[in-house]
Amino acid sequence: MTSRMKPKHQRLVLACLALFATLGAGGLALSALKDEAAFFYAPADVAGDLPSPDRAVRLGGMVEKGSVHRLGDGVSMNFVVTDGKASVPVRFTGVAPDLFREGSGVVAEGHFRPDGSFAADNLLAKHDERYMPPQMAGKMAPEMTRPQ
Amino acid sequence: MIAETGLVLLWLAASLALLQLAMAIIGLRFDRADIISAVRPVAIVQGLLTALAMGALILLFARTDLSVLLVAENSNVAKPMLYKIAGAWGNHEGSMLLWVTILGLSGAGIALFERRLAERTLIATLGAQALISIGFFAFLLLSSNPFARIWPPPADGRGLNPLLQDPGLAFHPPTLYFGYVGLSVAFSFAVGALVMRDVTPAFARAMRPWALGAWLFLTLGITAGSYWAYYELGWGGWWFWDPVENASLMPWLAATALLHSVTVLATRDGLRAWTVMLAVVAFSMSMIGTFLVRSGVLTSVHAFAVDPERGSFLLALLALYIGGALALFALRIGSVRQGALFDPVSREAGLVLNNLLLSVILGVVLIGTLYPLVAQGMGVQLSVGKPFFDKTIGPVALILMVALAFGPLLRWRSDDPRALLRRMRAPVAAALFALGMLVPFARGISVLPLIGLILAAALAVASILPLWGRNLRRTPLFTWGMVIAHLGVAVAVAGMASESAFTRERLVALHIGQGVQVGPYRVGFAGVRPEVGDNWSGIGGVLTVSRGGETVTLIPQQRYFSDPVTTTNESAILTVADGQLYTVLGERNPDGRWQLRLWWKPLVTLIWLGGGMMALGGLLALIGRVGREWRTKRRRRRIEMGYLP
Repeated sequence: MTSRMKPKHQRLVLACLALFATLGAGGLALSALKDEAAFFYAPADVAGDLPSPDRAVRLGGMVEKGSVHRLGDGVSMNFVVTDGKASVPVRFTGVAPDLFREGSGVVAEGHFRPDGSFAADNLLAKHDERYMPPQMAGKMAPEMTRPQ
Repeated sequence: MIAETGLVLLWLAASLALLQLAMAIIGLRFDRADIISAVRPVAIVQGLLTALAMGALILLFARTDLSVLLVAENSNVAKPMLYKIAGAWGNHEGSMLLWVTILGLSGAGIALFERRLAERTLIATLGAQALISIGFFAFLLLSSNPFARIWPPPADGRGLNPLLQDPGLAFHPPTLYFGYVGLSVAFSFAVGALVMRDVTPAFARAMRPWALGAWLFLTLGITAGSYWAYYELGWGGWWFWDPVENASLMPWLAATALLHSVTVLATRDGLRAWTVMLAVVAFSMSMIGTFLVRSGVLTSVHAFAVDPERGSFLLALLALYIGGALALFALRIGSVRQGALFDPVSREAGLVLNNLLLSVILGVVLIGTLYPLVAQGMGVQLSVGKPFFDKTIGPVALILMVALAFGPLLRWRSDDPRALLRRMRAPVAAALFALGMLVPFARGISVLPLIGLILAAALAVASILPLWGRNLRRTPLFTWGMVIAHLGVAVAVAGMASESAFTRERLVALHIGQGVQVGPYRVGFAGVRPEVGDNWSGIGGVLTVSRGGETVTLIPQQRYFSDPVTTTNESAILTVADGQLYTVLGERNPDGRWQLRLWWKPLVTLIWLGGGMMALGGLLALIGRVGREWRTKRRRRRIEMGYLP
């Protein structure tokens, strides 16, 4: 049994389907963004109010000179991320990126603990000396972006 | 001299593009046959001149002419020859020149070979192409001159980011650009057809090879890029939902949709407006991709220059082209009559479903990619990554797989749902079999990969069913192409799901002589040794890897480059039939232990094998389509000339 639609009708149905798909995509994306967007923080941003511990966020700044301490398991380390105004202690387990070093820029992905420290699952270091991530350039105190 | 010649060639090509546009407009507006007949030659010469300019730039890089600013900033004398040449497009200016070169050459190709379309539609198409070229010529000549000199020339150049010193770089950008530009050609055809009110199957057949070719190159580029990121970054992942990756995924999604809807238009004269709209969307996505990657709004190895002026220029071009195309679409679509009709259960309806689901995925990726930029504009810093895309894209992609299993088994125009269900018996049996096999492992696997594996089994069977009962020798090449490409989807999804469900990871710090178990492998750490390459030195960790009786040595490295000063991690990967063992050497701890990161990834290679199969399917379809049209044309000509009855 095949029922044929009226010509005008079919085009309308297709247009409605397209609209529906577009709206569906928008709705799906926006609802997921509410839960899953990872906000970017500099240490000074979290001084007063701490992001919820079950939320994935990014923390960016400089690795404070002399703050890197390796732990006994050989694969974890503690260090301090600073933006010149405030600082946050970070615990990271994993292989640090090649360009991770003290006094250099870093973005840590992970979540804040209730005590105000940061648990990092992943570290991103800047790729080469020719650029600085704009996220960091914007967040850093001016004197830190200039060559020392 | 070469640099100046290159610049002159570029200016000449730009003026010819302007001429090409003007002649197309005047010729069509005032019906001047003499002017119209000159458009093709102009397009050919324009393409050649652009290619010569690109050749000049490559020559400058091959000779390492340090008096040219671009060479001095991106190359140096010590670099191996392959990377010197690849360096010509491994930077902002050079890559834009490559873009416009491919654009010019494809324009020349259309002018030379395209004979199916109505002549006036073709001239409008070449005019649209010239308009796109002009924007990029202006961009090059006004804000990104690749041939600028520097005085005094430096003693040596700054070199190339070591991450980019990989054979993949030589081919990765050109491959993606062929894809982007192929979509721009499809777009030009759509503009030509809209302007001339000629949205017909002939237009669809002229556009199809370009959509297919673009899709083929994008598939190759994405697959290769994914493998590059996998082994070069040393993070063990194969897709990071990085905005730069999304910039290539979005045009691919649009091209995939276009490829399927253009078939409906070419064979059944349906989905006219729909197909034209998709061509506009696909080109918009490749423009957005180019903008995201090249403007410097994103930071990655791809963002060569962070220069707000260039970003705004590209953004203006983007707005102009997309806005213009949408306006033209809105103005003219009323005059495109509705195409042939079809039933709710038919091949056409299946392809509409494919298009809808791909559009939803595309929309979600677009929002997820642009949202951080919009938020940044409003002063909020955030990033959107894997959790978001897994949650949104995963389920939709699985529904798409179901549609993909059904689609090719449907008949054109109208089909009987009960007959369709009968045809689906074998795939359903395969799904149940896979489910049975997976039950022992089901605990600890998350739902998405589990469904993915089951659907992959069903899809694998369903995708070869169109060959069932056919004489395989007489099966047209493009049917083979479709079957192989769809099978490739099943293979790739099986790889992704398996990687996600069964990967074993160990992160350890070992003294020399110690060992560790990861998956089925025993990894022993035998020591470190110095390594040296053309322009780097490094350390290699010697790993003895055994499974059962066999022992293999893997040597993951840390490499130190001097120009510019950088360290990179080189993973060492053991590929076996049922997966890969992936090893990375980390730092040496003060207590003498070395960090090692090890993964056992079962069936991970299927991801890229599947990608390769999709590309191969695309290639076969392309050869099959073009070959068939060529044969018909030859036959028709023979009949006209009286050779055949």
